[in-house]
Amino acid sequence: MSEYTANNYKIGQARWCPGCGDHFFLASLHKAMAVLGTAPDDIAVISGIGCSSRLPYYMNTYGMHTIHGRAAAIATGVKVARPELAVWQVSGDGDGLAIGGNHFIHALRRNINLNMILLNNRIYGLTKGQYSPTSDRGFVSKSSPYGTVEDPFHPAELAFGARGHFFARCVATDASSTVDVLVAGAKHKGASVMEVLQNCVIFNDGTYDSVYTKEGRAKNAIYLEHGKPMIFGVNKEKGLMQEGFGLKVVTLGENGITEKDILVHDAHCEDNTLHLKLALMEGPDFPIALGVIRDVDAISYDEAVEAQIEDVKNKKKYHTFEELLLTNETWEVK
Amino acid sequence: MKIHKHQVMTDKMMVKELEKVVVRFSGDSGDGMQLAGNIFSNVSATVGNDISTFPDYPADIRAPQGSLTGVSGFQVHIGANKVLTPGDACDVLVAMNPAALKTQYKFCKTSSVIIVDADSFQEKDLEKALFKTQDPFEELGIKNEVISAPISSMCKSSLAESGLDNKAALRCKNMFALGLVCWLFNRQIELAENMLREKFAKKPAIADANIKVLNDGYNYGHNTHANGAVTYTIESKEPKAKGLYMDINGNKATAYGLIAAAEKAGLQLYLGSYPITPATDVLHELAKHKSLGIKTVQCEDEIAGCASAIGASFAGALGVTSTSGPGICLKSEAMNLAVIAELPLVVLNVMRGGPSTGLPTKSEQTDLLQALYGRNGESPLVVIAATSPTNCFDSAYMAAKIAVEHMTPVVLLTDAFIANGAAAWKLPKLADYAAITPHYVTPDMEGTWTPFQRDPETLVRYWATPGTKGFSHRVGGLEKCNKTGSISTEPANHSLMTNLRQAKIDKIADSLPLLEVEGAEDADLLVVGWGSTYGHLCSAVEELNQAGKKAALAHFQYINPLPKNTEEVLRKYKKIVVAEQNLGQFAAYLRGKFNGLAVSQYNEVKGQPFQTHELVEAFTKIMEK
Repeated sequence: MSEYTANNYKIGQARWCPGCGDHFFLASLHKAMAVLGTAPDDIAVISGIGCSSRLPYYMNTYGMHTIHGRAAAIATGVKVARPELAVWQVSGDGDGLAIGGNHFIHALRRNINLNMILLNNRIYGLTKGQYSPTSDRGFVSKSSPYGTVEDPFHPAELAFGARGHFFARCVATDASSTVDVLVAGAKHKGASVMEVLQNCVIFNDGTYDSVYTKEGRAKNAIYLEHGKPMIFGVNKEKGLMQEGFGLKVVTLGENGITEKDILVHDAHCEDNTLHLKLALMEGPDFPIALGVIRDVDAISYDEAVEAQIEDVKNKKKYHTFEELLLTNETWEVK
Repeated sequence: MKIHKHQVMTDKMMVKELEKVVVRFSGDSGDGMQLAGNIFSNVSATVGNDISTFPDYPADIRAPQGSLTGVSGFQVHIGANKVLTPGDACDVLVAMNPAALKTQYKFCKTSSVIIVDADSFQEKDLEKALFKTQDPFEELGIKNEVISAPISSMCKSSLAESGLDNKAALRCKNMFALGLVCWLFNRQIELAENMLREKFAKKPAIADANIKVLNDGYNYGHNTHANGAVTYTIESKEPKAKGLYMDINGNKATAYGLIAAAEKAGLQLYLGSYPITPATDVLHELAKHKSLGIKTVQCEDEIAGCASAIGASFAGALGVTSTSGPGICLKSEAMNLAVIAELPLVVLNVMRGGPSTGLPTKSEQTDLLQALYGRNGESPLVVIAATSPTNCFDSAYMAAKIAVEHMTPVVLLTDAFIANGAAAWKLPKLADYAAITPHYVTPDMEGTWTPFQRDPETLVRYWATPGTKGFSHRVGGLEKCNKTGSISTEPANHSLMTNLRQAKIDKIADSLPLLEVEGAEDADLLVVGWGSTYGHLCSAVEELNQAGKKAALAHFQYINPLPKNTEEVLRKYKKIVVAEQNLGQFAAYLRGKFNGLAVSQYNEVKGQPFQTHELVEAFTKIMEK
């Protein structure tokens, strides 16, 4: 246990709508911070714009509520300048995947050691209800009164396409799993994306109904754990197996299938093919995957920057401005 | 075609002494004209001449060989005394092919000597340069003295024994031209040789070949008396301050200014940038110096360049972002975050021709009003404009100093002209530069401090960097309560904060140098300029005064805030002309600031530096009105 409690990380009175998933998530984040035990003064929480991006105001840490879409870019500057800080980046689906999509993929490609929270409610809340880049095709909103005519992003697909090394998913109302995911993401060295499924009670109520309650998750979700067989269901009666290029849901005890036949989760596998398949599962035929889907070690950008500086410092003979001047071709006026 | 007949002469050469000379090297992009020009300027600077150089290259990386769009030029102005500009027209034009002759002849005057490579004026070369006849000189109406030397063939035969193939041998032909020019101006060829040895230190065979051709060019001039019986010399008159010197262009000087400031302030230097002409060299320069602990991130876009620099500043570094042209549009939103969060940030804008992609490699002063006002809301920030290649160092240093001492973004305006132009620069001593004291919180503030608490004198808020125990806080783009630092939409508070942000910037004028006027004290005309045009305006005012016309120059490095005595100075003069490379942005700014101030304008937007003689003519007309 660390010397800090969740209370050490709390400040202010959150002003999200009553029942908003952000409230649940914030409480889990405070708890996760206490588990991790980093001193509040050594943490920077950087957000963009949107409902969820108000979050830094409720964290008793250093924080910055920045501009729309740029949280990952600003967090990059913080982390590269000060790699010893724990840097958390908080964005919604619009902030992170629409206006900030470019920064999202490049932070992942560079593998900057950021804890990237993606609060995904599949709607623009702060602007009062427009569809977002994660809204399903046909979604009816104020800006799509006849339904959208475009396909959504799956955050995991983007993350893997950008060569992301860590991807986890949790449901805002599912506190213990959320804390586990946040702790795992923070411990992962490199860019870790944590997708939080959350409800918008005002503009997109019920968007994650199938997994928003404990009973729902028992039926419709699978908690993935590294090294454990992929078993789920109300009575742990179902499992996942590989079939051809895909996955299939099987029932234990049927057709002679036993636990030994069930796929064992390997979050550390370099090849992300199965991780992607797991991340893309959805109902009604498949359970929604929760927990750490991918967690692969790699050198982080900020670490590489420091290493390169050390290396060049050892190789080059100039280490001050005036020494630098003398590396030029000069002539003397006597 | 007027070509000087080659003659082997035995009579004595005459050496004429010149006060100043302008040489323009031109050829195909791949002909090595920049190198030849650079070496010639450095050789001249080494013997104590003052120099000002201006490379003028095309936007295309390699346009079709021999084509008009592929011509690359390098102009150097060498003086016995101080030179302030690369010169209007050239005294010597080196044209390595017909395309160079055609496009660069406009920089000649009637007395200019033109040196051409006779071998590259064949039928096919003339066709590529779209000449209609076989006599390009006649076609262009050139009556100048022309030294037509078979440079390519002599270069090939010079290196016949070297083991280099024809193609490699021909790459040395720029050195033949350089040798010829060195002979014409009695330059010490050994100095050029040393520079070549250093440049090709890792390729001694290439160094030897270049040096051989260089000497052959020199000897060719000597043996054939290529310029009749006259050569020239420029003896240094104005003794320079003792010390070590180097040749530096504006982009490098800017990078050095930032490095110096960060070291002086004890801050880490962070550059977030995205490549864009003509600012990219600043990124290149800073990326080299990891041994100084400098961090450069080539970001995914201009926005991230600026945003990450703000992140770095928030984290306690000197955050810098660099750009040019359309890049500055993309940074505007993030710059405004630094305005409202009151974080230090240096935004370098190496101005180029616009709008949109405009003229990427050419120079303009057209981003001034954007720097001042181009953001949503009341968004005051500091604007500084560097006045010469070497002044980029001081301006960058001051930009960084103001940013971290006053917790504000500072826009540093340079432009393609001074970014690429170079001059001799005395190596500075960091000890001679003003201290830089970041405006940090102090331990005694713990417990009572709030993020927007200000120094009562300067109105500057205090910098609490992450990791500082007891000072964790949140800043952001939303309006904050002046007292508590928490979000506030309270009308009176917003009004207060808007005024405080403006007053904070205005108060910076207290620490800025006063505006000085150069030239006649009782001038009939005050010329006003800002930024990179200093050299041309100063030269023009000097010429006017030499001609008995009383003119003076007030040149601005600090644009926002203006020096405190600006109004007092300007109101003294009956006639004021604001000369700038835009349609009147600084003139409009001054009129807006100083009610009723009557200023006339001289504006030019050609993407090229001013021409001193054109300025003199225009100012004379205004004086005679």
